[in-house]
Amino acid sequence: MHRKTMNFTLRVWRQKSANAAGRFVDYPARNIPDEASFLEMLDIVNEELEARGEEPIAFDHDCREGICGMCSLVINGLAHGPNGSHATTCQLYMRLFDDGSTIYVEPFRATPFPIIKDLVVHRAALDRIQQAGGFISNRTGSAVDANANPVSKRDADGAMDAAACIGCGACVAACPNASAMLFVGAKVTHFARLPQGQPERDRRVLAMVGQMDKEGFGNCSNHYECEAVCPAEIKVDVIAHLNRDFDIAKLKSATVGV
Amino acid sequence: MHTPHLDSKTPAGPLESKWQRYCFDSKLIAPHNKRKYKILVVGSGLAGGAAAATLAEQGYAVECFCYQDSARRAHSIAAQGGINAAKNYQGDGDSVYRLFFDTIKGGDFRAREANVYRLAEVSSAIIDQCVATGVPFAREYGGLLANRSFGGSQVSRTFYARGQTGQQLLLGAYSSLVRQIGLGAVKMFPRTEMLDLVVVDGHAKGIVVRDMVSGKVRSHAGDAVLLCTGGYGNVFFLSTNAKGCNVTATYRAYKRGAYFANPCFTQIHPTCIPVAGDYQSKLTLMSESLRNDGRVWVPKKKEDCAKPPAQIAEEDRDYYLERKYPSYGNLAPRDISSRSAKEACDDGRGVGPGGLGVYLDFADAIKRFGEPVIKERYGNLFDMYERITGENAYKQPMRIYPAVHYTMGGLWVDYNLMSNLPGLHVLGEANFSDHGANRLGASALMQGLADGYFVIPHTLPNYLATVKPGTVKPDAPEFKQAEAEVNERTRKLLSIKGKRTVDSFHRELGLLMWDKCGMARNEAGLKEALKRIPELRAEFWSNVFVPGEGEELNQSLEKAGRVADFLEFGELMCLDALTRKESCGGHFRTEHQTPDGEALRDDDNYAFVSAWEYVQGGEPVLHKEPLVYENVKLATRSYK
Repeated sequence: MHRKTMNFTLRVWRQKSANAAGRFVDYPARNIPDEASFLEMLDIVNEELEARGEEPIAFDHDCREGICGMCSLVINGLAHGPNGSHATTCQLYMRLFDDGSTIYVEPFRATPFPIIKDLVVHRAALDRIQQAGGFISNRTGSAVDANANPVSKRDADGAMDAAACIGCGACVAACPNASAMLFVGAKVTHFARLPQGQPERDRRVLAMVGQMDKEGFGNCSNHYECEAVCPAEIKVDVIAHLNRDFDIAKLKSATVGV
Repeated sequence: MHTPHLDSKTPAGPLESKWQRYCFDSKLIAPHNKRKYKILVVGSGLAGGAAAATLAEQGYAVECFCYQDSARRAHSIAAQGGINAAKNYQGDGDSVYRLFFDTIKGGDFRAREANVYRLAEVSSAIIDQCVATGVPFAREYGGLLANRSFGGSQVSRTFYARGQTGQQLLLGAYSSLVRQIGLGAVKMFPRTEMLDLVVVDGHAKGIVVRDMVSGKVRSHAGDAVLLCTGGYGNVFFLSTNAKGCNVTATYRAYKRGAYFANPCFTQIHPTCIPVAGDYQSKLTLMSESLRNDGRVWVPKKKEDCAKPPAQIAEEDRDYYLERKYPSYGNLAPRDISSRSAKEACDDGRGVGPGGLGVYLDFADAIKRFGEPVIKERYGNLFDMYERITGENAYKQPMRIYPAVHYTMGGLWVDYNLMSNLPGLHVLGEANFSDHGANRLGASALMQGLADGYFVIPHTLPNYLATVKPGTVKPDAPEFKQAEAEVNERTRKLLSIKGKRTVDSFHRELGLLMWDKCGMARNEAGLKEALKRIPELRAEFWSNVFVPGEGEELNQSLEKAGRVADFLEFGELMCLDALTRKESCGGHFRTEHQTPDGEALRDDDNYAFVSAWEYVQGGEPVLHKEPLVYENVKLATRSYK
């Protein structure tokens, strides 16, 4: 078994509840195997806290293989941490950190993502945006044969690139404006590249952007921080796509209707 | 042998027309009456998400619950490889009957024939449905859907979306679900965990849940309860499941009278990244689609194991799957591949740290197709492997080892997907019905969506038509009683204030289960586990430390409740494994093997479903549902 271990000082955001005041608290993280993931490092620290009768640090996580989008965390100022390659916090490994360093651990911060406790935030605003229009209205059982509408490989691949979004919200946490446009752009682009997505294309983009604004997310001002942290490698092209679709839909809604 | 409770309600008539006949004979609920029925759907994965969306589309009042912060995060999302369907788009000889037969055979003849046939029958419609909801399946240049062959199959019937098929299917179901939430037809309760089932006059009428943010416990009453809560692989602590996956919903239902079927049938997935250390929190699966192009081998000589793989000459490598199973080779079914890896490592020929690993080598495929093609097929998996291990699998073989992945066992259900408790329906991995003793690759996604989109919408009305809607309210004494029990349990967990953490108990239980009830089991080991688990459980209830309070977000308390149930459930698994004195599928009893080490099934004595009934304060009672095969001939599986 691997034996190389490392030591760190964690400076962690602790906040008892939504309305309580939060603050940074320092914790030593000792004898951490360099092959451990960041969340496994937090597990080790939490086990020690519990063994001392203290409350562990609350953080969201589930699949721990980078796909469910449940884990969050801003680590040393970066959403999902200093990964280099695009990945979620659960796929961040301690061997990327300097032995002996101090690591800042904070929640995703954005007004539409209120803190619940410690590092756990509410991201239901993203669900509500998708409820507004992020779907194809298709009754179960009413579909035609799957090969009835050929889709070019280019469009299928383009749709898949956008559909890979895991809905983690890192784009929002990284954006100085707390914009959700990478998230919304990804969903809009995914459906817009497919023939099945055409009938509701205009209504969809208007409804999703409308809800995005209502939730209090900011606008894109081209910092591209979202693309830099996105674990699913969604490109800012989807924001351009979103803007174009939105303008066309807006024009149509003022003229022929959507 | 046959118990009256265990009527599978399989329709009569020829296999090919059972489902059509059933649908025609089914009772219908008139459109204006549907909204009067409230359906509680627990879980929002492929089964739960698809069921909640479809039932809401049809007009029922649906409430859906999940423990994650969003319905989109259910663990179905992590499935990588693909979904089977008998489309025969490749014209390679596939058919509904072949998919049915492969699934029955893959399950080692321990699944219910009619259920499996129905699964194969609706598989085509699933693909149509998914494409219509915008699932971006892989396509060929001509624009048609691409297929690949997948573990244990000789035809190309697997549809896929890169290495993220589960994600795309789930997001498809989720988009249909959020549409219904937006329309007000589904009330969604995220961060909400089911802690008990409420039974009124013998019918499942509701659930008790804990709001994981406020910690408040409350009841929801409904006219039917659908458990779509996935599998129990986390009983082993280390598995490919998400950290939150648990047995609580199904186990609580079991304690309220639902039978638990074949709990010892668990699937060990052959291609996972090996364990690196004792801090490890989970095991990561590498899609077995990798076995299409990767060749599995270990050194022939023990002394070569420590050498870098490149320095081991071709003639010193043992491509053991190709050697032992020439016709299937590296695509041999999961149970066989897993056990072969274990045998190689037990033989001292394992590679990597601790000697618990085998090579999965892409050198030949890269030589044949070029690196770009391999990257196109598996790029994200290779990236993930490198992130976790720090090794580049384009340059050196991957190391893999089996890990707990899927559980074929689950609550017993009849052809309607209804348990023996009227009103309680169980879908997807949470039930037992379709995969027998071993599940074929790319069939879990198929079953989840089949149950949710195409089976339950037809079978549920048959139950609903027999009950008057809205008769039970959450202030009924049965609800108050169940809430009181949940609150008492929480109070107790918080008041023990012992010395050991929840995880330490979970890890100890997991190791015990892996050793004694894992890939290979025997009577002595199982008896040892049956002695040790109650001791561990007693220690848990006297020495666990659960910090914090009940009425707040308390992740330690959530874990404690789940581990408490695993500590009871593990015993049921071992008991089931002990009782089944044969080797079949994922259940390998070392006492029962052929001279060349293959599983020895006993069809004369064990061609039945084990359905366990909970008895308060006593041993669980075993009921047997005989497996009657009217169409397939039971045969020894041979992949040679």
